Amino acid sequence: MTFLELLHIIIPILIVAASVVAILLKDLLAAVIAVAAMSLLLSLEFYILQAPDVAIAQAGVGACLTTAIFVIAIRATKRMEGEI
Amino acid sequence: MTEMSKIVRTITSIAFPFAMIYGLYVIAHGHLTPGGGFQGGAIAASACAMILVAFGSKWTLNKIKEKGLSVFESLGAIGFIALALLGLVFGVAFFNNFLTGSNFLFGTIPATGSGLADINTGGVIPLMNFAVGLKVIVGLFVIVLVMAYASTSFKEDKK
Repeated sequence: MTFLELLHIIIPILIVAASVVAILLKDLLAAVIAVAAMSLLLSLEFYILQAPDVAIAQAGVGACLTTAIFVIAIRATKRMEGEI
Repeated sequence: MTEMSKIVRTITSIAFPFAMIYGLYVIAHGHLTPGGGFQGGAIAASACAMILVAFGSKWTLNKIKEKGLSVFESLGAIGFIALALLGLVFGVAFFNNFLTGSNFLFGTIPATGSGLADINTGGVIPLMNFAVGLKVIVGLFVIVLVMAYASTSFKEDKK
């Protein structure tokens, strides 16, 4: 098994793990960082699937701008998730 | 939105030029390397959004007039369509690449086969990349700016 095939197995597992962590966290700011990590890993997956155009767009929009909008929204409300 | 701590502001001041220059590089080399107007514009807009998150919306709105941002965004769209219509005037069709082959801007025709990348090629494609990049930078930055400004006024209303 080559290194690239190993990456094709590891990175999707990490994407799913980051998404699950983002759902489980009660601290909303930490959850946003987990979503940003998921987006960055997704852009890495696009890159190793030979789509560098899509990878750059995903890293710019998904990992930076969405995170900035989420951080601004969280600062206008409370940081911790309340009890239902 | 208020400004963040001094550590965040210092690191933002250091990292902003690198992110901005990388975005402008991706736009300028859009016809040679992966990326183009939208991708480079997204990178440069995320650099501007970093400034906004670190320094706060009041500081940013003191530096930038929103009327100017509107003018720049319209300039990008008008430039793109005007270049496409110039293809109709100088050439034969809409979006005709009338600059390639001429000795004017970006006019060189590259030799076939693999070779060193020549930035002086592509005809109107680099100019259209500049127009799209300008529109995307300003458009994505305005989205984040409006979000920050709205959340600020919402908080002041609650108090």
